[in-house]
Amino acid sequence: MHAHHQDQTKKLDIWQKLHIDLPLLVGILALMTLGLFVVYSAGGQDADLVVRQGVRLGVALTVMFIIAQIPPQFFLKWAIPVYVVGLALLVAVLLVGTIGKGAQRWLDLGFMRFQPSEIIKLIMPITIAWFISQHDLPAKLGNIIIAFILVLVPTLLIAKQPDLGTSLLVASSGLFVIFLAGASWKLIGSCIALASAFTPIFWMFLMKDYQKQRVLTLLDPEKDPLGAGYHIIQSKIAIGSGGLHGKSWLQGTQSQLEFLPERHTDFIFAVFSEEFGLIGVGLLLLVYLAIVMRGLWIAVNAQEAFTKLLAGSLTLTFFVYVFVNIGMVSGLLPVVGVPLPLVSYGGTSMVTLMAGFGMLMGISTRRRFITS
Amino acid sequence: MAPHKRVSIRNHTAEANLFARRAFIALIGVVIMLLILFSNVYNLQVSSYEKYQTRSNSNRIKLLPVAPNRGQIYDRNGVLLAENKPIYSLEIVPEQVEDLETTVAEISDLLGISDEKQEKFFKAVKGKRRFKPVELHSRLSDQQVALFSVNQHKYPGVVIEARLKRYYPFGDLTTHNLGYVARINSRDANKLESEGKAENYAATREIGKLGLEKYYEDILHGTIGHQEVEVNNQGRVIRTLDFTPPIPGKDLTLTLDIELQMIAKRALSGKRGAVVAIDPRDGGVLAMYSNPSYDGNLFVHGISNINYKKLLSSKDLPLINRTVQGYPPASTVKPFLAITGLDKKVITSKTRIYDPGFFQLPNVEKKYRDMIRGGHGWISLQRAIEKSCNVYFYNLAYKLGISNISEMMDKFGFGEYTGIDIHEESRGVLPSVGWKRARYNQPWYTGETLSVGIGQSYWTVTPLQLAQATSILVNKGEIKTPHLLKATSQTTYLPGQETPTVKVEAEPYALEDRPPIELKDDKNWQIVLNTMHSTVQKLGATAHNAFKGHKYDAAGKTGSAQVTSLGEDEKYDASTTREDQRDNAMFISFAPFDNPEIVVAVAIENVAKGGGATNAAPVARQIMDQYFGNREIVSQYKDKNHPNHDTHFGISKAGTE
Repeated sequence: MHAHHQDQTKKLDIWQKLHIDLPLLVGILALMTLGLFVVYSAGGQDADLVVRQGVRLGVALTVMFIIAQIPPQFFLKWAIPVYVVGLALLVAVLLVGTIGKGAQRWLDLGFMRFQPSEIIKLIMPITIAWFISQHDLPAKLGNIIIAFILVLVPTLLIAKQPDLGTSLLVASSGLFVIFLAGASWKLIGSCIALASAFTPIFWMFLMKDYQKQRVLTLLDPEKDPLGAGYHIIQSKIAIGSGGLHGKSWLQGTQSQLEFLPERHTDFIFAVFSEEFGLIGVGLLLLVYLAIVMRGLWIAVNAQEAFTKLLAGSLTLTFFVYVFVNIGMVSGLLPVVGVPLPLVSYGGTSMVTLMAGFGMLMGISTRRRFITS
Repeated sequence: MAPHKRVSIRNHTAEANLFARRAFIALIGVVIMLLILFSNVYNLQVSSYEKYQTRSNSNRIKLLPVAPNRGQIYDRNGVLLAENKPIYSLEIVPEQVEDLETTVAEISDLLGISDEKQEKFFKAVKGKRRFKPVELHSRLSDQQVALFSVNQHKYPGVVIEARLKRYYPFGDLTTHNLGYVARINSRDANKLESEGKAENYAATREIGKLGLEKYYEDILHGTIGHQEVEVNNQGRVIRTLDFTPPIPGKDLTLTLDIELQMIAKRALSGKRGAVVAIDPRDGGVLAMYSNPSYDGNLFVHGISNINYKKLLSSKDLPLINRTVQGYPPASTVKPFLAITGLDKKVITSKTRIYDPGFFQLPNVEKKYRDMIRGGHGWISLQRAIEKSCNVYFYNLAYKLGISNISEMMDKFGFGEYTGIDIHEESRGVLPSVGWKRARYNQPWYTGETLSVGIGQSYWTVTPLQLAQATSILVNKGEIKTPHLLKATSQTTYLPGQETPTVKVEAEPYALEDRPPIELKDDKNWQIVLNTMHSTVQKLGATAHNAFKGHKYDAAGKTGSAQVTSLGEDEKYDASTTREDQRDNAMFISFAPFDNPEIVVAVAIENVAKGGGATNAAPVARQIMDQYFGNREIVSQYKDKNHPNHDTHFGISKAGTE
């Protein structure tokens, strides 16, 4: 097998050797480059901001590259212990975590602050994919219920911080695995029905006032245009006033004149829409679609159930970022702290995302060895 | 444990197919979600584009109003009477100053700014955005401006701001004519609002409160301009997008002659009284001065309580405009009664009556006395006016009756507004049967008709009404509404042009004239005018002394009005009468006799000695002497910047410089 491996390697191109999936890389770099331009515009044309973002992208790309070198089986081996450690960290956050922006999300390790929920974003699909792939597909009901519990515990711990955006992403990464593993439609249907029934209880007992406020604001932002509704109103004005062609780069008045809050972070899509218009938005969505399609292609072509499920979940979770962010910025969804992936300014979630892409690339570039 | 071992026993293809199906379904889900996002953005950017574009613009574009410059006011010879002078205030933009406290302390040391003002400044800073200028000192002196300008480079963010304020260079000389402007108060604001003018005043701080400044407010104010600016979310101005310059108010040129005004002030100095001079040919007011006066500039900056109380409590009542305040006209109305008598054919120019020194109504004991004990004997109309014989006019009034008198006096404008272009005018009182019934609910007594015959009783007229009635007389019935405005002009600075373009409107706001008085016999006008002529010209006539040696052929009529009534046999003696109960001196006059150019009416209150002949007539003479004499005073005040006075008002430049 060793000899065979080396034999194959010669035929592989340089990208395969580096464990880089070129189409995926092209899409990622396209978004990153675009992101740098929009950050420059949104940040008041501050070159320092662009440089800092560039450094972060460099770090994230490095992380992606390193993760891509690790064979997926390695994650498989470590799934359980890492999951347990992840849960412990989440509990630790709730007990001794640092409070920032009104939520308890960080662990202060002395030399750095660290957000365990980001790690869970990666651990969750690995763990569920590992658990499901232990048995034949489609997964049996009993296993699905166990998988549900595995998903639910960290999700609730994160929601308790409270970090609704992350808990949503974590939950969906686990649920996507269950969906891709062939959970029956009957089950999916009854889950949706159950969730709908659960909604009023969720609203009345579990949601905090500010979270309820966000939902109410979504329904009628004009009720408090200078308070709760300000973000969403200004964001919609920015997007709407961009029109078909946009006001062109650096000319978006909503962002340049600072009417738009959180311009270079969560609301960067509004800046982009204002300056590049509907045409720009269409192209951006196509790039995201291309990345999702490539990710699903990698998943479908992966050799084992585990890598298939992991790749599929990572790809669809990536899309959840896109949908939730654009949905909230354009007034379809309540405001939750989810960045526009690979475009928004910011470090932590970027690194996590790129680690995910590293796994995807690792899966993508290793399938041929096993085929033979 | 190696997973690929187990793969062999699983149905690999079925699993792969299941996964591929689920992945495909997921892809469809993704595409649907993307379409939802896209259609939502489409809805915002295409369907609702105009709505959001408008909202985006209203976010960032603000209209800043720019106040127009108020029109200036000139006298008939182009002398500047009301101008806009820059005043300087020291302002600081906190954001641009590194150490605000040190800077303020240093500047305050340099310019001598009080601690109180510094405290006020720091209080103001707290309430304002950091990029908005805050005033440290208003109204800097010239020395302070110079001192700061030398040191300005040391203090970035500290600026001298210039604003225009109304200034009346002649101070109290023109206040009763021009009035003044002062800060717009809530009452003014409400009035502007209800008249739909509030928008035009968005940037204006002052408004005309009195006199011409109030009457011609709309003309003087001009039209607001706008600066369209782009602002950020803090309201900071980023750049100017568009500028619509304001249209300055029109300049006013008055019929007033500041030189005559000065003479009037000098002639009235130390007295309470008023002078009105009118050009009877067009009704233009040449002089209109009320003494004592006050400085209108005090009100422009907001008058202090102390100063205002001083004005209010002064027993000379400087705030009252005496030119439009009612006085008993006394004998100055005799020419008008003569016209009435002639027109009603109660008398002719030949009619003579016997004056034994008093007049008695039939079957009444009471004697209405003449000035001279023993009377004038047989006396004609002409002598009755020359000598101001009361008995003649008691007789005339008795024969006319009150109704004939009030009917004709009404035509001369007594008891009515003249319609002059200031709002402060009072109507005076023209007594009549109906007036007394309405005012006191009492019947008219014949004895009162006799008093009316010598311009006493309830009768009060304003000096302006007297001048106007005299004008009507010299115009033989033709009525020209008195007015102060001669012409308006619009000064515009066209781009790239150094000298302004001036468009003059000659008589744009001519007031409507009333229909003329028509007598049954036109010759009667001349008869009465002749009597006024001889009153000045004939040796021994009442006004002769005052006009001794004059060269412009004047005519006139004196009057001395009792302020309190005397008993039947009481004799008036000024030296024993309280100051405020002494006689008023009145005088009306015109010149030249054949072709009158000027009518002068004078009223002086509570004279110490004598009456109209010795107190009021000399004042009229000084005005006329100036009017017909040389006019050198004016040249030193003439405004060289007034672009059109020398070409449009017939005064050559060579003659004035």
